[in-house]
Amino acid sequence: MTDLLDEAARLRRDLSDDVGDRIVESLYTDAARLAAESVDRDGAAARLTVDRALDRVLTHRVWGFVAMGVLFFGVFWFTIAGAAVPSDLLYTLLVENGHTWLRDGFTALGAPAVVTGLLVDGVYLATAWVVAVMLPPMAIFFPLFTLLEDFGYLPRVAFNLDRLFARAGAHGKQSLTMMMGYGCNAAGVTATRIIDSRRERLIAVITNNFSICNGRWPTLILMGTIFVGAVVPPALAGFVAAGAVVAVVILGIGVTLAVSWALSRTVLQGESSVYSLELPPYRPPRVLRTLYTSIIDRTLKVLRRAVVMAAPAGAVIWLVSNVDLGDASVAAHLVTALEPIGWLMGLNGIILLAYVVAVPANEIIIPTIVMLTLTLGAPAAGAAPGVMLELGDDAQIGSVLVTTGGWTLLTAVNLMLFTLLHHPCSTTVLTIWHETRSLRWTLVATLLPLALGFVVCASVAGLWRLVS
Amino acid sequence: MATPLPTPGVGPGAGEACASCALAPDAARLARLGLDPGRYSYVVALAGNPNTGKSTVFNALTGLRQHVGNWAGKTVARAEGGFSYGGVGYRIVDLPGTYSLLSTSADEDVARDVLLFGRPDVTVVVVDATRLERNLPLVLQVRQITGRVVVALNLVDEARRHGITVDVRHLTRELGVPVVATAARRGEGLSDLLAAIEQVATADDPPAPLRLTHHDPELERAVSALAQQVAARFPSLPNTRWVALRLLEGDPGIEAAVRDGTLGDLAAPTTDTAAEAAG
Repeated sequence: MTDLLDEAARLRRDLSDDVGDRIVESLYTDAARLAAESVDRDGAAARLTVDRALDRVLTHRVWGFVAMGVLFFGVFWFTIAGAAVPSDLLYTLLVENGHTWLRDGFTALGAPAVVTGLLVDGVYLATAWVVAVMLPPMAIFFPLFTLLEDFGYLPRVAFNLDRLFARAGAHGKQSLTMMMGYGCNAAGVTATRIIDSRRERLIAVITNNFSICNGRWPTLILMGTIFVGAVVPPALAGFVAAGAVVAVVILGIGVTLAVSWALSRTVLQGESSVYSLELPPYRPPRVLRTLYTSIIDRTLKVLRRAVVMAAPAGAVIWLVSNVDLGDASVAAHLVTALEPIGWLMGLNGIILLAYVVAVPANEIIIPTIVMLTLTLGAPAAGAAPGVMLELGDDAQIGSVLVTTGGWTLLTAVNLMLFTLLHHPCSTTVLTIWHETRSLRWTLVATLLPLALGFVVCASVAGLWRLVS
Repeated sequence: MATPLPTPGVGPGAGEACASCALAPDAARLARLGLDPGRYSYVVALAGNPNTGKSTVFNALTGLRQHVGNWAGKTVARAEGGFSYGGVGYRIVDLPGTYSLLSTSADEDVARDVLLFGRPDVTVVVVDATRLERNLPLVLQVRQITGRVVVALNLVDEARRHGITVDVRHLTRELGVPVVATAARRGEGLSDLLAAIEQVATADDPPAPLRLTHHDPELERAVSALAQQVAARFPSLPNTRWVALRLLEGDPGIEAAVRDGTLGDLAAPTTDTAAEAAG
């Protein structure tokens, strides 16, 4: 078969060097001719001016960023303001009443204490918590975000950020994979396939974790609502809470750029690729359909994943809290061991243990923290799961964390920072391994954010303690 | 068989009549099979530039609700699904969006490999009616590989809004394959598209691959000479001129296919392989 290749090589030598270009050129000439013959643009222009006017604002050097801030702020404010009431309802129904009913039912059936504990106080409670904490904000946030996406806004964000990414030595398309990361980091890592250069692709993979994913939004929104929003008068609480969430998102973009810059100047040096980014036309979103698909597909999918992860995690939490090793439970030993590092980072041992339990899914961080706080943080004598039944809404989650867990505003702020800066979930780590096929880069992508989180949290805690 | 949930504005589950969309005339003949095509007779590949609505067409045909984004490069990995039309099963592969098949990026390689080595029975090229000039190079390249092509002239609703009209008959004549105007978001033109897919899939004698003439005698001579040799080596290969062009360019993928003989396998009839895969 190689004689055919030899013949091709011989013929190629006779042709001039630009044969490839000439082939492409004749293709495009034909396409242009055919298009010119088939398309009638009478009365075009009129409509396009609307798109152009919108783009003049939304991709403006200055106003583009202002519009970006306002839009994202609006999305979070709606989410925070709208989620409060349904969250309370679900909490009352699932956690307060549901748990009591189930517990009574199990007792009435004469189930052994271990079974009731493992299934009702462990598996059921963790699952109920996840649903109550996550469902309402997700059901509001995802449709809003999807509407922005369908309208054609996200590529404009990518366009605005493109300059910054180029300056950081990264590929402009990284702004698109970053946007995908706001849904799910594993999806964002897969999306880096659109970047051809391996160097730039690795930068995009490593920094994708700095996009807040589905599993982490609820933690941020909850912390913003019950701690940061609570320091100002109630009338301003919603705005301040939304502002706090937006601040973490912007910080995430800043960290993405800074880490990209550092990587492209050190271990991943090389040329920047050129590419063209096509801005799609603005399309009026189909609101009902978007509501339907984003609630059915996105919200329920994420919730299903959270519930699947929460059930076994609930069992683990119950087991480590109730199996004793010597004078205290396994959980108590672990928390005591982690406490010094936790204190250094302005967090606590329980939060760090929760991050170990929640490696499979960030979604279950808050429920894990609350359950561990209730079983471990309470005075030794009254450490019954029944304590939880006296709680109500978001604010009461806050009061548990403050009175029982000893949380301060510093703990909440640092938890928000740590939510942004920590190791990716196990699914994302596996995806990174799958996409890079390199143990070294998988380790870098996993440990670099964790190290950053440690440094940032410890610095903030140090400064905070110095000032106050 | 996964019966999809009824979706407002998009249409029915398997076999139900569709009250709200333009599919109505042929709705009874379409059964959306979601992810599981079951036994299928034909393979349909969905190609097109980024952000032309490939995923929307894919969802409309399969009843799946793969998330559709309004941006270029949304679909990275290829998605597969199935539908049945007129009692015949089809497997449909949604390719990543590409501007060309010149193999300059991973996406283009995926798309080209499926078209060339997967040998689909029908390739539907989804094009954006508002940006025809930018979309046609891909159509022409696909046409150079195969004659089993349907062009879905999508987003005609948007083109209408922008005051752009496209001469479908002229395009059909020039490309030598069915061109169907669609607005997949609203379900417009999908029954015509299905009919065209069926027609091309069942055609015994598909149009020959398009011969792009090169206004350059020197290049034309080299292409013809090499194409003859390719034809001599692989007698049943339909697109010898296209292969010759790639070899002249020194395309590594095609050179490898020549070296290990896979290019010869392309001559095998596809329906057999499809039947094997299904059985």
